[in-house]
Amino acid sequence: MQPAHDIALLLARFQFAFTVGVHIIFPAFSIGLAAYLAVLEGCWLKTGRSVFLDLYRYWIKVFSIVFGMGVVSGLVMSYEFGTNWSVFSQKAGPITGVLLSYEVMTAFFLEAGFLGIMLFGMNKVGRKLHFAATCCVSVGTLISMTWILSSNSWMQTPRGYMIDPATGRFMPADWLAIIFNPSFPFRLVHMGLAAFLSVAFIVGATGAWHMLKARREGKAATAPVRTMFSMAMWMAAIVAPLQIMAGDAHGLNTLKYQPAKIAAMEGDWDSTARAPELLFGIPNMKTEHTDYAVKIPLLGSLILTHSLEGKVPGLKDFPRDQRPPSQVIFFSFRIMVALGVLMMLVGFWSLWLRRTRTLFTNAVFHRVAVCMAPAGFLALLCGWVTTEVGRQPWTVYGLLRTSQSVSPIMLPSMAVTMTAFVVVYVIVFGSGIGILVRQLGHAPQEGEQETSSANASDILAERMHPEVIESTSGKGA
Amino acid sequence: MDLTYWLPIIWAVILVAAISIYVILDGFDLGIGMLFALERDPGRRNVMVSTIAPVWDGNETWMVLGGAVLYGVFPGAYGTLLPAFYLPIILMLLALIFRGVAFEFRVMTHGTGREKLWNVGFMAGSGIAAFCQGAILGGVVQGVKVVDGAFAGSGLDWLTPFSILCGLAVMCGYALLGATWLIWRTTGALEASCRRWASKLAIGLFVGIVAVSLWTPLLHAPYLRRWTDWPNIVFVLPVPVLVAVLGVLFVRGLRHEHSKGPFLCALGWFFLCLSGLGITVWPYIVPPGLTLWDVSAPPSSQLFQLVGTVILLPIILTYTIYSYRVFRGKVTETDAYH
Ligand code: HDD
Ligand code: HEM
Ligand code: HEM
Repeated sequence: MQPAHDIALLLARFQFAFTVGVHIIFPAFSIGLAAYLAVLEGCWLKTGRSVFLDLYRYWIKVFSIVFGMGVVSGLVMSYEFGTNWSVFSQKAGPITGVLLSYEVMTAFFLEAGFLGIMLFGMNKVGRKLHFAATCCVSVGTLISMTWILSSNSWMQTPRGYMIDPATGRFMPADWLAIIFNPSFPFRLVHMGLAAFLSVAFIVGATGAWHMLKARREGKAATAPVRTMFSMAMWMAAIVAPLQIMAGDAHGLNTLKYQPAKIAAMEGDWDSTARAPELLFGIPNMKTEHTDYAVKIPLLGSLILTHSLEGKVPGLKDFPRDQRPPSQVIFFSFRIMVALGVLMMLVGFWSLWLRRTRTLFTNAVFHRVAVCMAPAGFLALLCGWVTTEVGRQPWTVYGLLRTSQSVSPIMLPSMAVTMTAFVVVYVIVFGSGIGILVRQLGHAPQEGEQETSSANASDILAERMHPEVIESTSGKGA
Repeated sequence: MDLTYWLPIIWAVILVAAISIYVILDGFDLGIGMLFALERDPGRRNVMVSTIAPVWDGNETWMVLGGAVLYGVFPGAYGTLLPAFYLPIILMLLALIFRGVAFEFRVMTHGTGREKLWNVGFMAGSGIAAFCQGAILGGVVQGVKVVDGAFAGSGLDWLTPFSILCGLAVMCGYALLGATWLIWRTTGALEASCRRWASKLAIGLFVGIVAVSLWTPLLHAPYLRRWTDWPNIVFVLPVPVLVAVLGVLFVRGLRHEHSKGPFLCALGWFFLCLSGLGITVWPYIVPPGLTLWDVSAPPSSQLFQLVGTVILLPIILTYTIYSYRVFRGKVTETDAYH
């Protein structure tokens, strides 16, 4: 193939990875935060304690920003399959396109339909209905995750299809087998936990930050701040270990269906039993060797097969043109795992501090919690890089190559749009994150909004959305 | 019944319905964005935004549905049209990013220098997105070069005087939708300005419709025959007649201070224009070469998706209407200020 095609392919891949990498941050944030908001509102309805309403109103501002960014970046994704991977979409569209349509119809509409009520409708529909709207939005984000992961998992472990000999298209034969393909349950659990964990660490860091700030100012931390910190640390302590178990199970599943990916993640070249685990090393695709390797004997077999005698695959088992680039995923995988272990340690530490009743006073722990703010999202991105780069050189694993999926787009167009994407994303999402951080810098106000008083909530709503106060008057037809 | 024949037709109807709903709903959103350029007063601008803030996300979801249906049911069209319109599509998506985030960002940056950036982003994003949508529509009508089921033209083929005309006409039409929506949903000085804008925009749209209608039949011979041959003419004649009837109703609605009337007339125009275009290109989905049947997915895909659509679309419409009703009624400046 001519070099222009290769560069265009590289740009198409880079563009897709860049846009989806930005996108995934916001949906993951929305998934975790919507669930948290539903829990907060539910607690408020049940206990009537205002601290939950304060927190709800605090985090819903964040949610409205995050959700907006998720929508606009997702809109790009739904068209980018066609613009960048037109051959892939023509061949796999009968399967992945249908899954995406179901996602739109069962999830996106649900989220969008109730988002307005969730954000602006508290005074219009009453508490119970408003809570129902919050739950609909939260369920919508979970349904959305389910479909898109089913689609992605089908590309990793395709099942239930036939290939049309005339056109090379994938024809659906068994929809249940397509949707519940072998890697889907593992990916779903792992990704769902990742979203919850990522948000827990953001919430925890926000709480810790405000406790440190109150301490510097010689004040006591307010009830909302303490409550959210405590809730977040419970999540860390419970979900982080679960996530490690889920990750382990996911790895075993991948070993079964995508052994080349595992070999590349581990930096193993020769298939052996009693394999060591590499803590560090630099895999070299040319010399077929991992340099500077730091090994722990036997551990590799133990982790991957849960037995000392288990045989683990090596990259040399696979032809050169079917090996994923080990240099990338060796590291992305290790960063994810290290962050997962760190998160678990933070969770356990919080349990210990609870026992000694110093959870709200230990400043060192609070500093650590602030530093851990991005840990969840970093791990999540590293996980996706591992999954996606590890699938290379295929888009549909073992069946359709990435180089044969790409659109016939000319290099100049590609280069122009790539630049435009980077510039626009940096401006828009950079500003968005700036706004978010500034928003989180304001502490949640305690008791300021008396729930029953329409007036007080209007003042709050005005601060949040000066344009949408139409609650008490102005109901003319 | 022959599934391979009928399923694509059913899906074409659903696709046209989804596109129509999108054009109408997001049309007034984007139109309001463009009208920002005419309305300088921050209070009134807030009223304008507050009429659409609770619903714009749902409106845009129809566009995602359009893309997803094209991808799942007509993958051959998705895979040829998107590369063919690569540049305008990316431009539109980037414009929609600015438009979409502006809803939150302009509030969050209120009172700082940045607020201006997001106001401009809201206006420009809306205008550019509207133009691109019109240009893409015009580009589809004028045809796409396809060889062996793949796009074979070059990156700027779509850019012609005809597609530019369509882009401008759609901008004008969306602004009209926005102005008439505001006539319905607002009061006082804003409503009065909107009545003034609406009459000018209606003239612009009318000129656009006439120009596009006269030009389209000249693009390809079959287009012309569709509108002039007997007995087709019996079926297509109502379209221009209804456009004129709506024009009369529109003028009366504006004069007599109707609040909903002008909006409904504008909707009617859009509906007729899309029907006219549908009649013109039928049964091609990627003119001049590919028909519905050339590009459609296997029946097993179409059928599986149809089952879900038939069940889900009525549910979606129900709660969408519910959510519109929650936020019904006029929005006034005192409401928006407090
Ligand atoms: C694990 C979850 C997940 C993953 C991997 C993806 N998304 Fe996403 N997406 C969501 C979870 C999500 C969400 C949480 O459901 C969002 C965030 C905000 C929203 O409206 O829904 C969303 C928004 C969102 C939207 C806007 C919906 C709207 O207008 O309301 C579109 C079109 C897509 N996504 C499409 C995609 C595509 C084509 C992806 C694959 C490349 C993708 N998403 C990856
Ligand atoms: C959201 C998190 C995701 C991230 C961070 C991510 C990351 C990446 C990366 C880094 C690549 C480039 C791989 C390479 O060039 O070596 C890629 C490619 C790709 N991914 Fe993803 N991906 C994500 C989700 C998805 C999802 C959900 C899907 C499908 C439903 C998907 C489909 C694809 C496709 C079609 C390609 C292009 C072909 C390829 O290079 O493999 N990705 N992604
Ligand atoms: C020590 C713990 C962990 C282990 C052993 C582990 C294991 C794995 C494995 C093997 C994969 C690749 C799946 C594939 O082959 O396709 C993966 C992917 C992924 N990981 Fe982890 N992981 C761990 C921690 C985490 C943490 C803490 C997060 C985020 C908070 C995370 C987020 C992800 C994501 C988002 C993916 C991509 C989606 C998927 O394929 O499920 N992981 N993980």
